[in-house]
Amino acid sequence: MTGPAIEAIGVARTYAMDGVSVTALRGVTLTIGHGEHVAIVGPSGSGKSTLMHLLGGLDQPSEGALRIGGRDVAGLTAAEMAHLRNATIGFVFQAFHLLARTSALDNVALPLVYRGLGARERRAKAAAMLAKVGLGHRMDHKPNQMSGGEQQRVAIARALVTEPAVLLADEPTGNLDSATGAAVLELLERLNLDDGVAVVLVTHDREVAARARRQITMRDGVVVSDSAAPKAARPDDPPVSRAAGDPPPAPDRGIPHQRTSGPGEHPGDDGGEAGR
Amino acid sequence: MRLAEAWRVALDALRANRLRSMLTMLGMVIGVAAVVILVALGTGTKNEVQAQVEGLGSNLLIVVPGQVSLNAAPAVSRLDQSDLDAVIRIVGSRDRVAVSLTSGESVRAGQRSAFTSVLGVLETTPKVFLRDLRTGAYLTRTDVETGRRVAVLGDSVARGLFGERDPVGQQVTIAGVRFRVIGVFAPLGQSLGVDRDNEVHVPLTTAQRLLATKRVDAFAVKAPDAATIDRLGDDIVAELSRRHPDEQFSAVTQEQILGALGDILGVLTAVLAAIAGISLLVGGVGVSNIMLVSVRERTREIGLRKALGARPRDIGVQFLLEAVLLTTTGGLLGIALGIGVSLAVAALSPVPAALTWWSVALAFGVSCAVGIVFGVAPAQRAGRLDPVVALRTD
Repeated sequence: MTGPAIEAIGVARTYAMDGVSVTALRGVTLTIGHGEHVAIVGPSGSGKSTLMHLLGGLDQPSEGALRIGGRDVAGLTAAEMAHLRNATIGFVFQAFHLLARTSALDNVALPLVYRGLGARERRAKAAAMLAKVGLGHRMDHKPNQMSGGEQQRVAIARALVTEPAVLLADEPTGNLDSATGAAVLELLERLNLDDGVAVVLVTHDREVAARARRQITMRDGVVVSDSAAPKAARPDDPPVSRAAGDPPPAPDRGIPHQRTSGPGEHPGDDGGEAGR
Repeated sequence: MRLAEAWRVALDALRANRLRSMLTMLGMVIGVAAVVILVALGTGTKNEVQAQVEGLGSNLLIVVPGQVSLNAAPAVSRLDQSDLDAVIRIVGSRDRVAVSLTSGESVRAGQRSAFTSVLGVLETTPKVFLRDLRTGAYLTRTDVETGRRVAVLGDSVARGLFGERDPVGQQVTIAGVRFRVIGVFAPLGQSLGVDRDNEVHVPLTTAQRLLATKRVDAFAVKAPDAATIDRLGDDIVAELSRRHPDEQFSAVTQEQILGALGDILGVLTAVLAAIAGISLLVGGVGVSNIMLVSVRERTREIGLRKALGARPRDIGVQFLLEAVLLTTTGGLLGIALGIGVSLAVAALSPVPAALTWWSVALAFGVSCAVGIVFGVAPAQRAGRLDPVVALRTD
């Protein structure tokens, strides 16, 4: 895969609510590179959730261009968007969103169902991924038999089982106590370093955001700061919010363990210790 | 998503709400069972009527005074012996003409008595109608011409008066007059609620003397073949009308009788089928309703599945299969119930029931169709849900 994992240029999103149009995003330009570790922070109502939905291919921009995995989302049908999400994005939610009556193993295997894989292959991949997040011994447990931290790790395994380019995590520690939350963040950081999957955290928690290598701050639907704005100057930038507080483009900080060839070709190879 | 996977998910969802699924199915169970039972009873009744009408004999023509109509009272006959002779002349053979003069009379043997239909007839009756004897012999031409007091008993009359004894050679009293029993009919059974074994045949002349009348009530003519029935009927009616200018006569064939009965049964079946159809409709609306509830309850699950890569079609198919699974499971249970009830009714009551494979296939097909028709709207709604909105739902 060449080029950035996700590229947004002058992206705006407007909703029609009871005939009144509400602007949630006013024109955001940003690029998520392969293997990056980014935190998007901002108060509620700042548009960070809307941005995450757009970056994750759950929604389409009202204005601007959005490329996910190198593909322009404009004009894609719902089915094509679904395929794009399945191929490129892994989601982790604050409320875990696990299927209640379904075992950890089958929860993790769920995205592979929509990829059309057979049951045997699904289970093998899901088992490997569960082992990788340290839940090899909990495969047959239902969500209600697991702690919050364990459930979120199942959700992370589910997000990664498709070997996505980007993992989008929306307040992944929001429902966890601080120790468990820290462990989940460590897991995400390790997966980022070991497998090269880009991790994008959306959070309002400054401490959580501080752990990421790059922080993007949002307010009122615009990016007000980006600690690692893309180095390349874009002469053809559309007339949108290069927000006032934007720092000058920083030099590439050199991301360790980054793989440009694509994330996690051999899920079983890494993190073997954690699986046992 | 593979279809097998979708089936598994649908089955899982139904199992998770066992009671609700079963109650929803109940509507389908009742509707489908009703279809199977009603078709079985309708077919059984029709088969029986057909067998009975055809069992009378073939190529028959019944000639009666008045008009044959469901709401007309039977006309009093003014036909007599000379009309009989005229009909025999037209037909060209006495053996092809049967006649009856019917009266309800009390028949007694010793201490026992029975109220039966006494029919004054010609010796030709067994040649026109299919009537077998269990024992003894039928009337002879001499019996008829000399007005002998001999009688042939129906099976239930014979059993009622004589039990297991052989009645042939015994005496019975009909309206105070003694008759000698010369034969007993083989049993025929019920026909449209009438016991056809509860009748006594005596020579026409004897009956006329007994009832102090010269009349005959009706003729039955056996045509040589099917092609001549209608013309023969027209000729006879024309001749009788010429002889009795102020009266109407009707000649009806077995086909017409079957047609008339078929019409009645058809209306009855249509009404019952409409009731069954309404029941299926109500069941379908119930399925639709429950599926909408299910879509609403599982909005977050739908959002999650979409986020993970489910296409609108995958979600739609999942919910459609759930609806179809509900209705077809209900349909199969309904078929089982319908077959059970049909067999029980046939075994425990005189109402006939004939199960037909096509009614079972129809019932199953209809339950599939109800699932599809009533499942489409909820499935489309689920498929079209916006994943962002769906994920936000609590």
